Amino acid sequence: MVRVWRGLWMLLCVVVLAFPAQAADKRNWKALEKDDVHDPQGPSLQDLQHPSEALKTLPSDGAGNQVDWVNALRNGFIQPRTNILPETQVNVLDLDLIYSNTGDQPFVRFPHRPHTEWLDCVNCHEEIFKTKFNGSGIKMSLILEGKFCGQCHGAVAFPLTECKRCHSVSPDTFRGQFGAQGPVPAQSAPAAGKSSPSAPDGKQTPNATPPKK
Amino acid sequence: MPRHPKSDPFSGWRTAVAVALLVVTGLVWGAPPAEAEYADVVLNRLSEANGMRPVIYPHWFHRIRFRCKVCHSELGFKMRAGSNDINMMKLMDGKYCGMCHNNNVAWGLDNCHRCHSGRPGMETGVRGGHKAGGPGFW
Repeated sequence: MVRVWRGLWMLLCVVVLAFPAQAADKRNWKALEKDDVHDPQGPSLQDLQHPSEALKTLPSDGAGNQVDWVNALRNGFIQPRTNILPETQVNVLDLDLIYSNTGDQPFVRFPHRPHTEWLDCVNCHEEIFKTKFNGSGIKMSLILEGKFCGQCHGAVAFPLTECKRCHSVSPDTFRGQFGAQGPVPAQSAPAAGKSSPSAPDGKQTPNATPPKK
Repeated sequence: MPRHPKSDPFSGWRTAVAVALLVVTGLVWGAPPAEAEYADVVLNRLSEANGMRPVIYPHWFHRIRFRCKVCHSELGFKMRAGSNDINMMKLMDGKYCGMCHNNNVAWGLDNCHRCHSGRPGMETGVRGGHKAGGPGFW
C-alpha cells in the first residue's frame, strides 16, 4: 500500500513539474542570420528587428507562424494603420457566408469581418472571388493549389491543415439559410449599402448575392 | 516504520518510470519551433543581376504596423509574389515601397542593405509557406 501511495505521489510530482513547461511560451522564432533567407554577412542585418522580439508578446496560435493575428488585432495587441492616404475609404463588412457544397465535410462559415479588418474588398473581389455567392467555382483542390483562399491561407494566414476553422458548421445542427447570413449591421461599411440578401424559406440560395461595394 | 533501502522512491524502476513520464510529457507538450520566415517574400528578378543581394520583405514585421489593405490596395501591390513590376526608379518616384520608405513614414531608400539582405542565389517567391498551403506549390 505504501508503494502504491508513493507511486501516486511521484506521478503527481511529475504532473506538477511538467505543467509549467506546458504553460510557458514554447514559441521560438529563428534569428534572422539563421532563418535560411537572410545573408548572415549582410552589412545591415544588425539594423533589422528579430521576429522573436516582436512576436513573443502577441497571442499564440498553434499553426502558421504561431501568432493569432486576428486576436492580436481585435484585442489591441497591435494597432496597424488602416490607410496612408487620408482620403482612402476604409471598408469593414460584418457578413458571414455559409457554404454548403462541402462534400462530407462540415459546412464552411466565411466571416467577412476578420477578413475586412485586414483586407480591402478589392483585394479579393472580383479578381480572386466573384461577389456573387457560389459564383467563383471554389474547390478544395484549387485552394490547395494556391488559388482562392489558398492565396493567403498557408502563406500569411493560418494554413490549410486547420480544416475545422473553416469547416466549422455541422450540417446536423445548422438550421439557417445558406449563403449570406441575415441583414448587414449598421456599423458595417457605408459602402456596403443596405441591400441584404435573405432566404426566409431556409432553402439553399445559390444566387444569394452579398451586398456590393 | 522501518525504511527499507528498496523503498527509496529515487531508485530502481520508479526512477525509470518517472524519467520516462517526463520524457513523454515533454514530447507531447513540447511545441515545434516556429518559422520566422512564414511568408517572407524574396525578390530577385533584378537584384543579383545588378550586383545586390536579393530583397527580403518580411510580412510579419509590416503587418504589425499596417493592415494588408494599405500595401495591397493603396500601394497597389498585387497579391502574388513576383507579379509586381518593381524597380528602384519607381520606388524613388514614391511608388510601391517608396510610398513609405521615404524618410517620412519609414526610413529612406538609402539604407540599401536593410532590404537587399537576402542570401545570394534565391529565386523570387514566398518563403516559409506551409507545406499544405498554396505557396508551397508556387
